[in-house]
Amino acid sequence: MTVTALAADTFDPASVVTHDPVVRVEAICKHYGSTEALRNIDLQFERGKLTTLLGPSGCGKTTLLKIIAGLVPATSGQIVVNGRAVTGPGPERAFVFQDFALMPWATVLRNVGFGLELKGMAAAERNRIARRYIEEVGLQGFEDKYPHELSGGMRQRVGIARAFAVNADVLLLDEPFSAVDEQNRRKFQEDLLRLVEMERKTFIFVTHSIEEAVYVSDRIVLLSPRPGRVSNIIDPRIDRTANPDDIRRDPGYLDVVEEIWQGLRHYAE
Amino acid sequence: MSVMSQDVKVVAPAATTGQALRLFAERRRSFWVVLSLLVLFTAWEIAGRVPISFAFPTFLDTLAAFFEMVADGSMIRAFFLTLQPLVLGVAISALLGIALGIVMGLSDRLEWLLAPVFIVLQAAPMAALVPLVTFVYGIGLVAKTLAVIMLALPVIVLNSYKAVRHVNPSLVDMCRSFQGTRRQQIFKIIIPDASPVLFAGLRLGVAAGFIGVMLAELLITPTGIGDLITYHRSVANYAHMYAAVTAIIAASTVTLALLQWFETNVMRPEKRRS
Ligand SMILES: Nc1ncnc2c1ncn2[C@@H]1O[C@H](COP(=O)(O)OP(=O)(O)OP(=O)(O)O)[C@@H](O)[C@H]1O
Ligand SMILES: [Mg+2]
Repeated sequence: MTVTALAADTFDPASVVTHDPVVRVEAICKHYGSTEALRNIDLQFERGKLTTLLGPSGCGKTTLLKIIAGLVPATSGQIVVNGRAVTGPGPERAFVFQDFALMPWATVLRNVGFGLELKGMAAAERNRIARRYIEEVGLQGFEDKYPHELSGGMRQRVGIARAFAVNADVLLLDEPFSAVDEQNRRKFQEDLLRLVEMERKTFIFVTHSIEEAVYVSDRIVLLSPRPGRVSNIIDPRIDRTANPDDIRRDPGYLDVVEEIWQGLRHYAE
Repeated sequence: MSVMSQDVKVVAPAATTGQALRLFAERRRSFWVVLSLLVLFTAWEIAGRVPISFAFPTFLDTLAAFFEMVADGSMIRAFFLTLQPLVLGVAISALLGIALGIVMGLSDRLEWLLAPVFIVLQAAPMAALVPLVTFVYGIGLVAKTLAVIMLALPVIVLNSYKAVRHVNPSLVDMCRSFQGTRRQQIFKIIIPDASPVLFAGLRLGVAAGFIGVMLAELLITPTGIGDLITYHRSVANYAHMYAAVTAIIAASTVTLALLQWFETNVMRPEKRRS
């Protein structure tokens, strides 16, 4: 067992260096009427890495992710993707929804190819691409099923395949596994790591689960509750070449989990 | 009652030849439909034989009267006259109603402008207003069509509007996140997602349209099926009168079943498998 998870690096948010940032969040504030959801968020997301937004319920994780996606307008501040300020959704970003957002009247094949369908790609071509990603997420054989015929976990695989199919640089995932039971969740996390490895894309991932965050992330951004602010940034530095079960038992991994828990604890009280 | 037996076939379409299992389930369903009709007709036959009223014919007498009226052409002529304003009125109400409902669902201003009108219209006892149409449009096809529209339109508009307002916002976000245009959003997401409630409204609208045309024929222009009912009642041909009444009920049932079939097979194919 050569698990070499180093103790995590914890940074003061202001002093973090990010090489080659693909997404820059600059001074984002968001108010919903009189509710202040986000205050002055500055973040950079490194190309090819998986960054997790972690924080208590209601701290504005979904809001921040949707602002990055261009689905929700910020009250002030800007989002820069690949060096250009963006104001709406764009082809370089794809979103995976917490509630899957699958069209119940469409088959798995059509749902996965829907992003391409909207771009006007011919049916034969988009079905070919859709089939490839259906296979990649392990759903071959289910192409002609409807969403209600699938389990929650399988539905989210469809949502992930759909986001991959448009070949965006940045994948935004809002608690993609929250509707999945614990056993499947672990399987999912491993699949996700495999996809991160294979696809060489940037992932911005939202979760409630500290263990999940530490297990899958290159970097964890801790948000404080209302109004959401960046309270801490942690690079877990887990050695992912090790066997998953060993990682989960590794003292280094457990220390990071504990450290984050201590950081979040006073919010829970 | 040939119309009724068609109904049964419509409910269980033989066209969806899937696996033997599905076919069996379909067959079983049509079996229950037939059984339910048999119970109804037997109860009717018994009630007619008791008899519960001298003006209440047996089922078999009514059936005989129906075939007699089909044979002498009076039933067919009557349907021809009744269906014209009905089809015209329902078609106009459906197209206009769904279009209006959708634009009201999409735009707050149009909602504020139009919703009160249709809420008042839906609340109004339309039967009382039907005779007024005669003053303006006489007793022709226009008056009957208007009566159908007056009853069918409000319910279609209000349901379509409600349907659009209840579209899953997450699906709309999904479409936007993949840079779908507004047009794609409306045709690929909003209308399909709204279609169950849209169709519920359409079914209510069609049923209301049948009421409208019967009111018109009973209250303003004695033509078509309404005239058949009035005439046979006046000469105490109760079996014939009931045949006409039952025929229009059957026509309405078949139409609604067809609409349901269209919805599950064309608009929302996943419903076939639930
Ligand atoms: N559309 C909205 N209108 C008004 N307030 C909103 C809206 N969306 C979110 N909020 C508020 O903004 C805050 C942040 O919400 P958000 O959904 O981003 O939190 P979250 O971190 O994703 O929470 P959870 O972990 O429960 O998903 C909450 O207080 C919420 O009530
Ligand atoms: Mg959320």
